[in-house]
Amino acid sequence: MTKKNMWVAGVATPVMIAMLLLFAVSPSVKASDQPSAANAAVKIDNFVFGPQTITVPVGTTVTWTNADDIPHTSVSTEGVFKSKVMDTDEKFSYTFTKAGTYPYYCTIHPKMTGKVVVQ
Amino acid sequence: MPDKKQDLIDQTLQDLNNDGVDRRGFLKCMAWAGTGLVWTMSGGIPVSRAFAKGYGKDAGKGADFTFVQISDSHIGFNKPANPDVAATLQTAINKINAMPQKPDFIIHTGDLSQLSKPSEFDTLDQVLKGASAKQIFFVPGEHDMLSDNGEQYLQRYGKGTMGTGWSSFDHKGVHFVGLVNVANLKAGGMGSLGNEQLEWLENDLKGRSASTPIVLFAHIPLWTIYPDWGWGTDDSEQALSYVKRFGSVTVLNGHIHQIMQKVEGKVSFHTAMSTAFPQPAPGTAPSAGPMKVPADQLQRVLGITDVNYVVSGRSLAVVDSPLGDAGASASGTASTHLSVVDPIHG
Repeated sequence: MTKKNMWVAGVATPVMIAMLLLFAVSPSVKASDQPSAANAAVKIDNFVFGPQTITVPVGTTVTWTNADDIPHTSVSTEGVFKSKVMDTDEKFSYTFTKAGTYPYYCTIHPKMTGKVVVQ
Repeated sequence: MPDKKQDLIDQTLQDLNNDGVDRRGFLKCMAWAGTGLVWTMSGGIPVSRAFAKGYGKDAGKGADFTFVQISDSHIGFNKPANPDVAATLQTAINKINAMPQKPDFIIHTGDLSQLSKPSEFDTLDQVLKGASAKQIFFVPGEHDMLSDNGEQYLQRYGKGTMGTGWSSFDHKGVHFVGLVNVANLKAGGMGSLGNEQLEWLENDLKGRSASTPIVLFAHIPLWTIYPDWGWGTDDSEQALSYVKRFGSVTVLNGHIHQIMQKVEGKVSFHTAMSTAFPQPAPGTAPSAGPMKVPADQLQRVLGITDVNYVVSGRSLAVVDSPLGDAGASASGTASTHLSVVDPIHG
């Protein structure tokens, strides 16, 4: 084999294969409950937090958006965060800097409950 | 007409906590309702009496009186279900002002505003200024607690009240109690009165004669209608235990934007229509939110509640009327419901 061929066979190819494999297994576009490390979304509609339980990495900013025609709030049961009242289309964001489980509810309609799990 | 009487008895005596009274049944008796028929229970047997001025030996003494309950005005709401809630509230006030029997006062069972904004309360005050009944009593709804736990609400409507806005007063021998069950709500729960208020209530009722008619009013229903939608009060049982010994108890609530009634012994429960927008019957929609109806039907699903207290029979008759009548009767009020409260026993 020539030196060039040896280089292709021994180095370039494995490197190319390795790079292909690396890109193949990298994180895909975020699905509704598999957010990227920076942001996650909870949609409020029909008196429901959707998704009701959201799991995010430490450092994620969760944004609640009220798509309902009635105002709602998003308030931690442990006093960690407390939104102002969100009318239709209004939002509230909170950045979770510590791992843990954060149950919350709507103080106006307390039957509405949700949970943020930070890992 | 014994058969008609029996039908009416059956309808009023059964547990009415599904979606309200069968209108077809009552339309048959519309003529009776228009004359102001009061049903009372005497020794367990329902007896009907025509209710008109001049009835009984106490008539004309001024002891009989009327008051009106309105609820859920939601000033500030502007979505399709009703883009102009101030206008429908005005219609309700006009209707009250036009009543042949003037109410002594008005009770508003909460959700005065949509977002507890000062501008919303201002608009409400403007409309209520036009009411000929100058005394208005309020209890807050959860929508009135949105700024600093109800601070705005208390400043404006909380004079003479305690805690989160509860109070009691007497009027012509009837004891009225306004309760607040929309403060400090717990995650996953329904309405809540709280221990401080319950203790106050127990003391407030202590020593009163069991023949005193009691009227309790609060925003969220004090009986469990539909827990999934939060339509009930977690600790209402305790409150109701304090009124069990009284001969006549009427509970007036709002919050659900539709009429529901239930009679349990001597306690009669009633929820009022909203003056702003209707909500669906339990479980008939994905959520309890505002329900849109065709524009020409809106006035029929909004309404007020007239409560007549007749001293001689010592009973309260609760009559609901929609803002818009499908053919108004001569008295100007098309009654759509009538309920019975027992007279005092001993």
